[in-house]
Amino acid sequence: MSFMPYVPPEQLMKDRSDYARKGIARGKSVVGLEFKDGLLFIAENPSTTLHKISEIYDRIAFAGVGKYSEFEDLRIAGVRLADLRGYSYGREDVKAKDIANAYSQALSTIFTQQMKPYEVEILVGEISEDGGRNEVYHILFDGSVNDEHGFIGMGGHAEELSTALKGSYQDGWDLVTSVREAVKALCEAEGRQIEPVCIEAGVLERPRSQRRKFRRLPADEIGRTLASS
Amino acid sequence: MSDELARPVMSGDPIGANPSFFDLLVRTRPELVQRTTAQVSGESFAPHGTTVLGLKFDGGVVFAGDRRATEGYSIADDKIEKVFAGDDYSAIAIAGAAGQAVEIVKMLQLELEHYEKITGDRLSLEGKANRLAQMIRGNFPLALQGLAVVPLFGGYDERRQQGRIFYYDATGGRWEEEDYHAIGSGGRAAESSLKKRWRTELGRQDALRVAVEALIDASEEDIATGGPDPTRGIFPTALIVTSEGVSPVPEEDIRAAYEAVVGERS
Repeated sequence: MSFMPYVPPEQLMKDRSDYARKGIARGKSVVGLEFKDGLLFIAENPSTTLHKISEIYDRIAFAGVGKYSEFEDLRIAGVRLADLRGYSYGREDVKAKDIANAYSQALSTIFTQQMKPYEVEILVGEISEDGGRNEVYHILFDGSVNDEHGFIGMGGHAEELSTALKGSYQDGWDLVTSVREAVKALCEAEGRQIEPVCIEAGVLERPRSQRRKFRRLPADEIGRTLASS
Repeated sequence: MSDELARPVMSGDPIGANPSFFDLLVRTRPELVQRTTAQVSGESFAPHGTTVLGLKFDGGVVFAGDRRATEGYSIADDKIEKVFAGDDYSAIAIAGAAGQAVEIVKMLQLELEHYEKITGDRLSLEGKANRLAQMIRGNFPLALQGLAVVPLFGGYDERRQQGRIFYYDATGGRWEEEDYHAIGSGGRAAESSLKKRWRTELGRQDALRVAVEALIDASEEDIATGGPDPTRGIFPTALIVTSEGVSPVPEEDIRAAYEAVVGERS
C-alpha cells in the first residue's frame, strides 16, 4: 500500500502557479489594445500558420500565449461554444463575457483538479455595436479573470510591455499607429528588433461591412505599416 | 473542454478536432436536430419554394430564383428569398419544402463558417459540395414523406479558377452541371429557356438577362412560380459569385434585365 505524503494546500497551489508561470514566461507575448475603430491583437510569431490570434465569432476574437496545444484546445472549445449558442438562440446573443466565464470555469477546474495546470493566458475581446465600450477579458491559468481597458500585455514579457505601452498609449489611435506602437512596445519588451514577417496581427474592425468583423492583417500590410514610420 | 482530449489517444479513434458543426450539434444537442417522424403530407401543410436556377458565365456563376412559396393551391408568400450565400465564395439556392430548405441553408452556412474558424482554412468548393450532399442524405426520411429539399449549389473554385454548379436529388446524390441547371416546379420550363439562350462565355449583364428571362418563362408555364411584378416591386433575386467573392445583384440591375426582356417581346 502506498501513502501520499501530506502537502499543505498552500504549497500545492503555489507549486502549480510557479509551474504555470514558468511555462508562460518561456513563450512569446501578445499585446491587445483598443483603437478608434475596434480592437487590435498583435504578437511576435515566427509561424504564419500556427496562430496565436483567431476569430471566435462575429465581434469576438481570441489571443493565447503559453503552450500552443493548450490554448489551441481552449480556442476550439470557444468557437464551439459560440457557434452552438448562436445557433440555439440568436447571433447577437453570443457574448464575450459568457465565453470568458466559460474559460474561467474550465481553467479553474483544470488548475485544481488536473495533474498539471494549463500553461496559458488568454484574451477574449469583443467590439461594441456602435460607440459603446469594447470588452476585453484577460483570463489566467488558474481561472482568474480581469476586465481590461485601453491596452494589455500578456505572456513572457507582460510587465515590460505594460511599461512600454503606459508611456505611449493614447485613446483614439488609428490602426496604422496602433500597429506601429504595439510593435515598438514588443521590440522594447524583448530588447531586440523583431522582423515584420514575424508579426502576427488580427483586428476586429467596427466599420467592416461584413457580419464577421475579424480580419487578419496580411504580412505585406504589416510590412508597409512598419516601413512608413 | 473539447472531449477529443479526454479520449485516450491510442484507442484507434480519430484524433484531433472535428471541424464539423453538424457533427457537433448531433453529438452535444441531439434534440435540436431530431427529425420529425410524424406522418405529414408535405403537399398541403408546408410551404414549398418553386423555381431556382444557376448558370455559368465568363467570370463565375449566376444564381437566381423567383419569390413565390406555395401551400397546396394557395400562395404562402410572394416575397421569400431562395438564393443565399453559402460563404464568401459559394451560393446555394433552394426548392422544395421551404422550412426544411431554409434550415439546410442555415446549417450549411454554419458548417462552412465553423470549418473555417476551427481549421483556419476555407473548405474547397468540392468539399463544400460533398458536405451538402451528406446533409441532404440526413433528411432522407422526410424526403420520403414528400418534404424533399433539393438545393442547387455552386460557386467559384479558387483552385480551378472557374465557376462550378452542382445539383442534388432527395437521396443526397450529387452531380456537377457543365453549363446551367434549374430546379423546382418550374425548373423544366426554365431549363428549356436556358437551353435556347445560354451560350459559353456570356458576360455578366447577358448572363443576368438570360437568368431573368428563364424565370419569366417558368412563371408563364408553372402556377407555383411567381413572375416579376413591377407594380408591386417584386423581382427575382440573384447572386453572382466570381473570383472576387459572392455579391448580391442590386434590384435595379434585375429590373433593367426584366425591362430588356419585356421590351424585346412587345
